[in-house]
Amino acid sequence: MELFDYSLFASAIRMVSPILLAALGGALCARVGIFNVGLEGLILAGAFSAIVGNYYSGSVIVAVLTGAFGGVLVSLLFGLATIKFKANPIVAGIAINFLVLGLTTFGLRAIFQVKGAFYDKDMNGLPKWDLPLIENIPVIGKLLYGHSPLVYMAFFAAILLYIFLFKTVVGFRILAVGKNEAAARSLGLKVTVLQYGAIVASGVLCGLAGTQLSLGQVTMFTEGMTAGRGFIALVAMMLGGSHPIGIIGSSLLFGLMDAMSIRLQGFSMPTQFTAMLPYVITIIAMFFLKDRGLESQASGQQSSR
Amino acid sequence: MTYRLEMKEMTKKYGDFLANDGISIQLKKGEVLAIVGENGAGKTTLMRMLYGLEQPTSGEIILNGKQAQFYGPQDAIEQGIGMVHQHFMLFSDFTVTENIVIGHEPMKNGFFNRKMAAEQVQKLSDQYKIQVDPSKKAGDCSVGEQQRIEILKVLYQGAEIIILDEPTAVLTPFEVEELLKTIRYLADQGKSIILITHKLPEVMKVADHVTVLRNGRVTGNVRKVDTSIDQLATMMVGRELQQLSERNQHNGEPLLELEAVSIKGKSSKPVLDQLSLTVHRGEIVGVAGVSGNGQSELIQAISGLISVDQGDIRLDGTKLMGKSVAFRRNVGLAHIPEDRYLWGAAKEATIEETGVMGYHNKKDFNKYSFILKSSFQEVVKTWIDRFEIKVKSLDDKSGNLSGGNLQKLIVARELGFETDFLIAAEPTRGVDIGAMEYIHEAILEKRNRGDGILLVSSELSEILLLSDRIAVMFEGKIVDVLDRQDATEERLSVLMAGGKEDESSTKNTTTA
Repeated sequence: MELFDYSLFASAIRMVSPILLAALGGALCARVGIFNVGLEGLILAGAFSAIVGNYYSGSVIVAVLTGAFGGVLVSLLFGLATIKFKANPIVAGIAINFLVLGLTTFGLRAIFQVKGAFYDKDMNGLPKWDLPLIENIPVIGKLLYGHSPLVYMAFFAAILLYIFLFKTVVGFRILAVGKNEAAARSLGLKVTVLQYGAIVASGVLCGLAGTQLSLGQVTMFTEGMTAGRGFIALVAMMLGGSHPIGIIGSSLLFGLMDAMSIRLQGFSMPTQFTAMLPYVITIIAMFFLKDRGLESQASGQQSSR
Repeated sequence: MTYRLEMKEMTKKYGDFLANDGISIQLKKGEVLAIVGENGAGKTTLMRMLYGLEQPTSGEIILNGKQAQFYGPQDAIEQGIGMVHQHFMLFSDFTVTENIVIGHEPMKNGFFNRKMAAEQVQKLSDQYKIQVDPSKKAGDCSVGEQQRIEILKVLYQGAEIIILDEPTAVLTPFEVEELLKTIRYLADQGKSIILITHKLPEVMKVADHVTVLRNGRVTGNVRKVDTSIDQLATMMVGRELQQLSERNQHNGEPLLELEAVSIKGKSSKPVLDQLSLTVHRGEIVGVAGVSGNGQSELIQAISGLISVDQGDIRLDGTKLMGKSVAFRRNVGLAHIPEDRYLWGAAKEATIEETGVMGYHNKKDFNKYSFILKSSFQEVVKTWIDRFEIKVKSLDDKSGNLSGGNLQKLIVARELGFETDFLIAAEPTRGVDIGAMEYIHEAILEKRNRGDGILLVSSELSEILLLSDRIAVMFEGKIVDVLDRQDATEERLSVLMAGGKEDESSTKNTTTA
């Protein structure tokens, strides 16, 4: 068995989608001046509600919708706390993470009467799409075909977000809110609406990230199954400078590490060590971050005079 | 001729406090109305009501003969009222064009048409003769340029009435001249301008009509041609201004000596370049210069806030190089810092804490390293009385004081311990005329007692009024030192622009 082969990169692409989706959601929040530490909680909420939707309807499409809806619901709570009640976003985000962890654990018992994990062999996972044409491209075809629709959607969302932020008027105004909220307000821009919009959109993206986690590779839900992916997404967002294209790059790095950590287990490396790989990379990535990511609102402003 | 805008009997109450008490103003088409008054006179409140940021308690606004109500800036903007804020509302990462069109972006199917925006901005810039570079980032523009962006933004939004809130506070003398020309030009084009200021010479240069406010009431409503600076000042302050006291003669010994002080800085040019300067006892040395030519670094080098690469700094013979800020303060250096929030006070600290800050190590004020509140409360109280600082209580947060009152508190603190030497950087920034008079008198008194003062100010009038000698800085060097009797505003302006005494070179070196 080799360390690097096509299937490693193919699985990297599969692994990257939850991180990419969540990081894009985080970037949207960052662009309106809200640092969303609650990504982890939003993903988990999405993962759980997707399973619930799947279990009751038996339909994958309904599952995807409920997954996104779960993310939105929790993100609204986060938005209410930070925008309406002006809570510190870091504190609110951490609270959201723990709240969702508790709620999903409770929900697991209340709805499915199980502890730890829920699995039902009758549930349908996300289908694998064999996109025509792509399959026939050498090298890339092997990497890109046979993924779940959400994988393709993640990359599509990144490009869409790029166009939205940097080419459209609404996107431009969103950027303005994040750069200087006071100035945006003085211009009569609808700051609050834009902020809620960004947070709800991040809820959708994180909900889809969760859906990919619980229905993409496996078809099950386990307590705390996000395992820090929300925080990795946060780092990917900062490393990518809250720029959709940058985030594709940084997320791919983390996806690859994720895939490698699994691959390395096949080389009789202790699981505990291989599982550390993504996090070691996270720490290394922090060295390169320095002043990237969130720009302070005060920057470039006149001083206090 | 009817009025374009009338505000009638505007009243605004905050609790029991009457910020505006029945204020009326009238504005015609093509007219420049100056609203003058000291800090807290109610100018800002009045304008905030006009711009929809505050709702009046009572009163009515009549725009083009019709009653109008503004629930937010959006309403005001839509009805042709634009405001250039004192603190610029710019996005420093965005281009000039983006900053101007934001909120009214030209679009095509929801997409932002940046090319068309740039063309529109260029056209507007040509039309009103307001020079900007549409593709530059706003953050890379000079302060004067940023203000021009703000004015263009307001014009782009279609404003017929333009409010300028203290527009000259941050400008260099040259930029002020340019701005006044622009204001006049806009008025000639049929725009109506409201100019909020407390600088009377500018009012006399540009206004058609002047409304004077004091304590929330109108105390004067005159045409420019019927009034004078003295009359306006009296209406503003409510009493006649006093002459500064006589300056006595000193032949003092050198107190502060700087020898060939250099700071390299990040760019290729040194921030301070072989700078030498002496301040004697009983002398005020003014430092004039366009901001950003090393004045800030000079102050920080003397007070110990940044390190100096080479040179020598001595205070009364004591070497200061490499010594801590605390050491320097202990040997007799007091410092009114240029940015009161950054270096002068802690916003979260109480007023009495701010009052003792920097002197908390004095023997009288602490025992076994516990601070003795009772010992300095009295001192702070006497300052508050003497400088007429408006405070609710000594336990109130410093950040709750208005800028002018906080400045007075810091000035009182730095003067209060009667050190031999004082750095006064922008000592009257943001304070009203009454307080300015008081601070100037206090600084002069200190000089007459035989102390040395280094005065750094962006207000040439302040430097000319107080200084015994004036050093002009340009690109980190002192280009010349003039004696009091030789200095005029014109000569200083030439030197500040980097020109030598021969006046021919002024034009091309003064960049905005």
